[in-house]
Amino acid sequence: MNSYKEKFFKSITYIASLFTIVFLFGIIFSIIREGLPLFRIVSIKEFLFSTQWYPTHDEAEFGILTLIVGSVYVTLGALSIAIPLGLGSAIFISEIAGHRLREIAKPVIELLAGIPSVVYGLFGMAFLAPLVRQWFGLDTGLNIFTTSIILGVMIVPIIASMSEDAISTVPKNLREASLALGATKWETITRIVVPAAKSGIVGSILLGFGRAIGETMLVLMVAGGSAHIPRSIFQSARPMTSTIAAEMGETVVGDLHYRSLFAIAVVLFIITCVSNLVSELVFLKRVKR
Amino acid sequence: MTRRKLSNTIGIGCMGMMLIVTTAFLVIFLMRIFYKGFSVLNWDFISQPPKDAMTTGGIYPAMVGTFWLTTLAILFALPLGLLTAIYLNSYGRPVWLMRIIRISINTLAGIPSIIYGLFGMAVFVNLLRMDISMLAGALTLAVLVLPIIINASEEALRSVPEDFRDASLALGATERQTILRILIPTALPNILTGVVLSIGRVAGETAPIMFTAATFYTRLLPKSAFDEVMALPYHIYALMTEGTNADKQVPIAYGTALILLILVLTISALAIFIRYRIRKKRKW
Repeated sequence: MNSYKEKFFKSITYIASLFTIVFLFGIIFSIIREGLPLFRIVSIKEFLFSTQWYPTHDEAEFGILTLIVGSVYVTLGALSIAIPLGLGSAIFISEIAGHRLREIAKPVIELLAGIPSVVYGLFGMAFLAPLVRQWFGLDTGLNIFTTSIILGVMIVPIIASMSEDAISTVPKNLREASLALGATKWETITRIVVPAAKSGIVGSILLGFGRAIGETMLVLMVAGGSAHIPRSIFQSARPMTSTIAAEMGETVVGDLHYRSLFAIAVVLFIITCVSNLVSELVFLKRVKR
Repeated sequence: MTRRKLSNTIGIGCMGMMLIVTTAFLVIFLMRIFYKGFSVLNWDFISQPPKDAMTTGGIYPAMVGTFWLTTLAILFALPLGLLTAIYLNSYGRPVWLMRIIRISINTLAGIPSIIYGLFGMAVFVNLLRMDISMLAGALTLAVLVLPIIINASEEALRSVPEDFRDASLALGATERQTILRILIPTALPNILTGVVLSIGRVAGETAPIMFTAATFYTRLLPKSAFDEVMALPYHIYALMTEGTNADKQVPIAYGTALILLILVLTISALAIFIRYRIRKKRKW
């Protein structure tokens, strides 16, 4: 009787854990199944390397290079804001500030990470974009520059908290040895602590990259959305995520436009998957005990 | 020597600046939302449906919608997540399967939320014919939050000392009894904290519900799980991008954002505070 109960309970936990695999394959399978038929009509080469995205024209064209470039620009812009801010804050919190600030900073960072991206989007659209337009005398403030700032600030908590974890695992005696040899605090940070925590820091940046390139609501609201290759950071862009979100409502289930949006999702999935796996398996392995 | 001292001061100053700039931006951001949001907040705003094509009235249906979407999603995901965490923590055989499950969880956690939305639309809405409904949205959100709940629960279970398990087993308790009567009760506060933190995440998600559950406008409250619903995050987006009367819609969007922010931040702060208390009180 008892062993029957034991087995029953064990099998329930076993079955439950299999659901994670089922869901993952369900997601992969469903986006591939819906997206793949596009390539009977559009070649993969044309899809990835053509800059012509006119899915609703009579002579419809499905080249997503513009959208990939849009995603990359916005993401790189966000990282160029988030890396100095996040890493700088992490270093300050763990190496320079006292114990008290650290006690406060950790939960605050965690709180900030939970702010919904749509609220950042609202702030960007209603507050920052008009300011940017005014400052730089532009036609619209909904552009790569504005998006990068807000998206960058949004991923600061991720980069800051992960790299702070990495920095705090650097053994204390390394610092003490460096200081004892007469190095200044700054020299200890730049030549001992940061190099020792390098892999965790790179991992945190990759995680931030994955998060930024997959972010939807914020870029949908703030990036402007015109599908052309941007020539400056003050032009608007149409990243992959916002294309899916903005256009899915106009499609009919099963038509080419619908299929092309799922095909974009496959590309997006591959990019985020690779960056996350590399981050987890290569860089963050050692940080997590 | 002085040059080294100078670069030391400058370097440390720069790091401090980074923290100050980040903090300043976030303070401006939060103050803006709170300041603009408070100016439209009143009793009617949280108790009335929208009126006159979204230009006046309140956001009550969106609050109800978000409440139900979140509650259902957590109810679906919690049992699955907890059982998976137990498996990973206590059984964990065969090892190759464990490895695959862990990779799956990590991969799921990194998938952009818009892809969850497409998955929900393809599977729940179209394939299983749920149409655009609260149920389809809640299921989509449940899949999205599952890896978060698993990770939080597993971490909580891991924090229970090995001695507890060993003592229980040594007294003749079975594996199952040890899990249900020792591990779970001991880890429960930490598990709950993780779950509460994930509530904040679910309540604020927009992309997964755009094509599975949310509707721009309905005067009616959802009568069953098969109705479309309004939801706070989607309402903010809709107010900002649809409709014609921006002057009147933007303040309502700020008000909605304030309610959402208060909701998410209060819930998360509560969880973080409780966890802090647990850690302080804990004797092992």
